[in-house]
Amino acid sequence: MAEPAAKIAEKPVEKEILLSINNIEVVYDEVILVLRGISLDVPKGELITLLGPNGAGKSTTLKAISGLLKTEDGKVTRGSITYKGESIANSDPDLIVRKGIFQVMEGRRIIEDMTVIENLRLGAFTRKDRGVKDDIEKVFHYFPRLKERTGLSGYLSGGEQQMLAIGRAIMAKPEMILLDEPSMGLSPLLVKEVFEIIRSINKEQGITMLLVEQNANMALHSADYGYVMESGKVVLDGTGQELLDNEDMKEFYLAGGDKERKSFKNLKSYKRRKRWM
Amino acid sequence: MASAHSRMNCGEFRTTYQQDTTIFPTPLARRTAIFSVIFLLVAPYFLNPYYLNLGIQIGYYGIAALGLNMVVGFTGQISLGHAAFFGFGAFASAWLNNTTGLPVFFCIPLAGAMTMALGLIVGIPAGRIKGLYLAIATLASQYILEDFFSRAEWFTGGSYGAMANPFSIFGFEFDNDQRYFYVVLFYVVVMFLLGTNLMRSRDGRAFVAVRDHYLSAEIMGINLTKYRILSFGISSLYAGIGGALFAHYLGFVSAEGFTIGLSIQFLGMIIIGGLGSVMGTLLGTAFMVLLPEVMEAGVGLIGGGSSSLIQALAYIREMAIGLAIILFLIFEPDGLAHRWRMIKAYWKLYPFSY
Repeated sequence: MAEPAAKIAEKPVEKEILLSINNIEVVYDEVILVLRGISLDVPKGELITLLGPNGAGKSTTLKAISGLLKTEDGKVTRGSITYKGESIANSDPDLIVRKGIFQVMEGRRIIEDMTVIENLRLGAFTRKDRGVKDDIEKVFHYFPRLKERTGLSGYLSGGEQQMLAIGRAIMAKPEMILLDEPSMGLSPLLVKEVFEIIRSINKEQGITMLLVEQNANMALHSADYGYVMESGKVVLDGTGQELLDNEDMKEFYLAGGDKERKSFKNLKSYKRRKRWM
Repeated sequence: MASAHSRMNCGEFRTTYQQDTTIFPTPLARRTAIFSVIFLLVAPYFLNPYYLNLGIQIGYYGIAALGLNMVVGFTGQISLGHAAFFGFGAFASAWLNNTTGLPVFFCIPLAGAMTMALGLIVGIPAGRIKGLYLAIATLASQYILEDFFSRAEWFTGGSYGAMANPFSIFGFEFDNDQRYFYVVLFYVVVMFLLGTNLMRSRDGRAFVAVRDHYLSAEIMGINLTKYRILSFGISSLYAGIGGALFAHYLGFVSAEGFTIGLSIQFLGMIIIGGLGSVMGTLLGTAFMVLLPEVMEAGVGLIGGGSSSLIQALAYIREMAIGLAIILFLIFEPDGLAHRWRMIKAYWKLYPFSY
């Protein structure tokens, strides 16, 4: 694969780059190489999506940004992660939250023994200002159904828990939210709803988002720009529409397009995949 | 139609955030708490010293157990060395009073602060390890402190133990059960209110987050190590104050009292009472303190006059605590606090089940 760096350089320069990842390598446990030189740019205020099959290293990329790698014995061994001109590679996660990057983890991870409001208050943990109450209302504005749930959040449905997890991120007033598979385990209708809300939070609150998704179609329709990863590398990038129109994308991720659906068992497809990587 | 006054609550409805976070969730709970404090205020005048003694025990053990509950129940750590901190508080208060002549009134909170400092130091390694490793590390602190108690003669009086003067304010001595009861009651009310308050604050939520999802806690900006160490510190503060109250009640502190057995008893108190419940801690402590007494009375009753039978039955008393912990672990792992909530819910919804 040609260096993604070349492509990034082609992009118009007037965009303010909030987060820039430059050729990072991530190693778990000092032996397992997971990311083999990922580079991507997240311009301020945009919704960027990161796609790819299981095990491509999408979540690891997010963890490298949020600092969670540390807790899992992982480390950025090469390259740089720059947030607002400041290097944040291998920082502690709590410092990164304070700098304005908040991760919504895969599988929601809300605190089930707390009520909805307590969870939201916990999201505002790093804040010292007095606007927390107003922001709780703001979250309820985006997710009205959360307001009706007064009991412990462990009793919320999966979709509501996901909404709570996103609401918790809003509470931290971050400049950037890292979303790890918000569609996981949700019904297609709910996925649509959640994505619409994510998009409107991105637009209305001006929160930059980096979204990791399996639901490529949905993600590309709401994203400004997308990156496709495979086995620890970025293999393709482009605007949401470009990727939706891309033949390889259609074949591997979007299931069809105008052609008939192909299987991975198909040798021809496999060869094409090889060429791609 | 029944009038509005005769209707029963069929549920708790909280419509504002303030309602959701008050210390006492319902007016009834507030009234019950106030009435029980008033009852306890007049109790020393009509309870006999035997019951007062039990009440005082529940008080100081309860304060220490609440500290342990903060580490175990709220933060999800484990500590097998709580009795040692309890003992450290007892010795520290006696030592402060004996060497500096500072009134006991000030020595008790100071001893709490000293114990907290010690807990923070022990917490530094403990904040970085989890599970079984942490259990062993705290066990080590238990044995190290026990050894320290028997060797540091300047501090504890070594094997002779240390004398502790009675509690006094402006020359008025709280030297009998009736008077000391008020001292303990004051500390119980203050420490439990502080504990309840802490748990509904930002730091309290952080503790619960560390317990339930440490990854989640981390991405919300909570420094795990800091909060684990802090929970050990706060727990030691409670243990220290409980220990100091214990010292000035008995008037004498000896190193033998603070063994691993007492540490396990503290764990028993919070398991029976309910992990992560402030009021449950007090219930559990009362259960653990009263159980042997009730068993003894029961044994006396069954045994009648025959002393040999009483002796044979005495083993039952010893086994009862172990049995109680096991039964609670199996049938009511959430403790008495949970059972209490179930009973409340039952009455609220009666005659319906749900």
